[in-house]
Amino acid sequence: MVSLPERLPKHSPEQTEQTSTRGAGPAARRREPYPAVTADASGIVLSHNAQAAVLLPRVAAGVVLGEIAPAWLTEAHMRLGGGAGEELSARADGAPDPSAWAEGRIDAYWVKALAAPGVDGAVTWWLVVESTPGSTPASVPASTTASTPVSAAGELAHERARAGLLQELSSDLLTSLDVDRCTAMTARRAARDLADAAVVVGTGDGRTFPVTRCTADGPVVQERVALDPGQLPGLAEALQGLPAVSSRWIDPREVPSWAVPEGFTGGVADIGSVAVVPLPGHGVPTGCLILLRRRRQTEFTPAEESFAQLFAARAGAALSVARSHTRQAHSTDVLIRDLLPPSLGRVHGICFSGGYRASVADELVGGDFYDLYPADTPEAETVAVLGDVCGKGLEAAVVAGRVRHALQALIPFAADHTRLLTLLNGALLSSYRTPFVTLVLVTAVRQDAGVRLRISSAGHPAPLIVRVTGQVEEAPTDGTLIGVFADIAFRTAEVALQPGETCLLYSDGITEARGGPLNDVMFSEDRLRAVLAQCAGMPPEAITERVQMVIAQWVGEGPHDDMAVLAIGAPRDTCPTTVNEPPRER
Amino acid sequence: MKRVTDGKDVHSLAEPREQLWQALGECDETRAVAIVRRALDTAGHRQEAERRQTATERNRAAVEPTQAPEHMRAPKHMRAPEHVRAPEHVQVPAHMRATPADSSAAARMRAAGERVLLELIAPAQERMGRAWAANDMTVAQEHAATAISERCVAAVADATAPAVTGTCVGRVLVSCVDGEWHSLPARLVSEVLRLRGWRVDYLGAQVPTEHLVAHARRTRAQAVLLSSSIPTLLPGAHNAISSCQGAGLPVLAGGAAFGPQGRYARLMRAEWAKDAPDAAALLGRLTPSGTHATRLPDLDLPHLGDQEYTMVRRTKLQLVKQTLADVEERSPETREYSQYQMERTVEDIDFIVSYLATALYVDDPDLFTRFITWTADILAARGVPPRCLLPALDSLLNQLKDFPRTVGILTAAHTLLTPPPAP
Repeated sequence: MVSLPERLPKHSPEQTEQTSTRGAGPAARRREPYPAVTADASGIVLSHNAQAAVLLPRVAAGVVLGEIAPAWLTEAHMRLGGGAGEELSARADGAPDPSAWAEGRIDAYWVKALAAPGVDGAVTWWLVVESTPGSTPASVPASTTASTPVSAAGELAHERARAGLLQELSSDLLTSLDVDRCTAMTARRAARDLADAAVVVGTGDGRTFPVTRCTADGPVVQERVALDPGQLPGLAEALQGLPAVSSRWIDPREVPSWAVPEGFTGGVADIGSVAVVPLPGHGVPTGCLILLRRRRQTEFTPAEESFAQLFAARAGAALSVARSHTRQAHSTDVLIRDLLPPSLGRVHGICFSGGYRASVADELVGGDFYDLYPADTPEAETVAVLGDVCGKGLEAAVVAGRVRHALQALIPFAADHTRLLTLLNGALLSSYRTPFVTLVLVTAVRQDAGVRLRISSAGHPAPLIVRVTGQVEEAPTDGTLIGVFADIAFRTAEVALQPGETCLLYSDGITEARGGPLNDVMFSEDRLRAVLAQCAGMPPEAITERVQMVIAQWVGEGPHDDMAVLAIGAPRDTCPTTVNEPPRER
Repeated sequence: MKRVTDGKDVHSLAEPREQLWQALGECDETRAVAIVRRALDTAGHRQEAERRQTATERNRAAVEPTQAPEHMRAPKHMRAPEHVRAPEHVQVPAHMRATPADSSAAARMRAAGERVLLELIAPAQERMGRAWAANDMTVAQEHAATAISERCVAAVADATAPAVTGTCVGRVLVSCVDGEWHSLPARLVSEVLRLRGWRVDYLGAQVPTEHLVAHARRTRAQAVLLSSSIPTLLPGAHNAISSCQGAGLPVLAGGAAFGPQGRYARLMRAEWAKDAPDAAALLGRLTPSGTHATRLPDLDLPHLGDQEYTMVRRTKLQLVKQTLADVEERSPETREYSQYQMERTVEDIDFIVSYLATALYVDDPDLFTRFITWTADILAARGVPPRCLLPALDSLLNQLKDFPRTVGILTAAHTLLTPPPAP
């Protein structure tokens, strides 16, 4: 067996192409470890390298492979070119080999030929000399860079294992967008596959840094440590995004105690070698990976260090995606908090229940909104509103948020609906980007066992009242939509709810929902009334749930507009309670 | 309800169970909540007495085989919350048992809370399913009763909150499958887990899968518990399961939708819990799953390769329309139907096609025949002869005659309805 160079040639089509354009003997090819010949599907030699000319003296671009190469190679080429590559790889013992190859004699050498398929049926044959006459180890004249005594097959297996590691790391990291989880996975994998123990140092605030450390099988410990990156050579550089410091320059005795994982028996004294690898990020470094090996293990070779850098590149990319995702998710949470529908419950003995479904499936908010402004005392009126701003999605939700804020400021004027709505109209008309909005304004107060409501619709579908008898009435109210006209007018309805009766406010997304088993049929107010007629005497939560469920089944998976419902009910409790129940968690 | 436990126990909650049932039927929230509060007190004292029971008695009860009643009740409007079925014996897990540090009163309170949830509120909910099927209750009444049950659960949660202190065992997310409206089983599971020391994020009904995964990631849940009672949501449930697993979250499925003994959950490579205590036990043993990228459904279900499910699913609308036309032609009386009756008929056909598609999805003809049997019972309870389903099945058989799996499923259901009922 001859000594072979470190790297097995990569079987990539690009390389084959490069070969054919440059022909034999360019500088780039002189360093190639093995003789190589590329021939097209019909067996014409397209190119070859200098080493091939040593092995096959008559080789030249344009000649027929059969004339310059032995029969076994030509046959193998024709079989492979004919699309029967699999046959080639079947050994005599039936064990399939993943790559196509053939072997035979060229002059006095026993040569193994490895095929690398190229474009249009072209194949590059890498010719590996297995033995020389007399079976004494020798090398082909051109391949002289050999240093490690490993076989090509061994090297291939090694390379595959490394590729496998990177693959596993990537798929592990892909599953999590959580920074801590990604960091823990990186440390664990690195400890298992690259070293005896691993430590990940994140970018800190300059004084304290998140440190994650573990051994191959011990616990993963994550904590913030106040540390000086200058303590460990290479760490400060890595955190600043400077080039890595080679393992050879790092004295294992310099490893600070915070970097020695729990369960690493022997402590600092047992560390034989250290590699400090930067974790590159998008724009800024995401941290640093410290690999520790025990004394009895071999030290990090340059090849291992460069593999660790590949590993770190993937981990770093995943970490910076996770970090930016976390940051964005947090901003979204904070920004959207005020736009979400409020939690409803019982206020001063009046039941409120709401339901919301945004038109965009993955959004929590939209252009429909409802809100509740509880009164300070049971005798005062609690204000509820349900409305619809034009538009959909987040943009509409932002506008709806502005309307809700404006309304909040105007609540002191709620005693006079027309006054409040006129003020709101004025505010919206004068705002920079004029949204228009339709809404229903309700003020509610407990009256004996029931609830007295005043209801004003501003261009919005009038609420439906569900009586205990099962009768469904429309509240007699109408008015102009808000934010368009300077002159507006409203008719306010006065409605009394007996215990068990409910007033349902809804957006037109409900009645205009299209669907049904036969598809594309409008849900319509008639169907809504029919549903409500069955809901007599039900608590408001049950009514909103029922309406939402019927609608959800009606639209199925089809598109729909924003849909909001708000039910205001007089509870059937015998004794009116003034205790406010905490709104249910949503 | 068949239960293997000592008579004294059953007796202690039998009375409140009957009272609660009446209160629910009368839509009386105040009374229902009062009954639950009272039962909580009683159960707390009972628990104390029980604690002194000999260990032998306890063990005997525990080793009796669990006979899960085999009935599939997961229809359009109502479900039997099988996964919250009262356990054979509520046992406080070892880590929650009274220790010198943990006051025994708190432990008693937690155990009492669990008993009331599982042996008082859950059975009432189950009974509601049966009442609806037997036409003793309208859908609207069921909604009202469920809303009151929710209040009762909240009352238990409030009352036991002071007893749930100390370090939490872990954090989990409980949610319904997208499209599922029946949230009470999931709510009950949440509360039981809370009582057992878990920190629970309960998302409730109608949760889009995307939100589910995002929420679980944000809260760093250790596991996701998915509840579903409607089998036609199984393809969506499968998506939710593989999405969660793809995000490195183990999934525990529960509810009648996942089939007898959770067979569909296993098909989708999720763990399955038969009831809340079972879920708690499984969670305790759960190891963080190895992560794997999100899978496409056909990886778990190779039979989807024959495209029969895809075909039925994609042409569902045409299938429903054609079936309706055929039914109208074969049964002239349908032409006299009112609009309301007509809509119910269309709805029924829509269900049949949906269940057919689901049976194809999980490759289990039993899923379809169970549905047909159940529908036949429902119709019979409402004075409609079950054979009125035959024209629809015939029409579908004719439309889908080229699909062998579909034909097999439809034929099995057809045979089931055709023979005269045995005396």
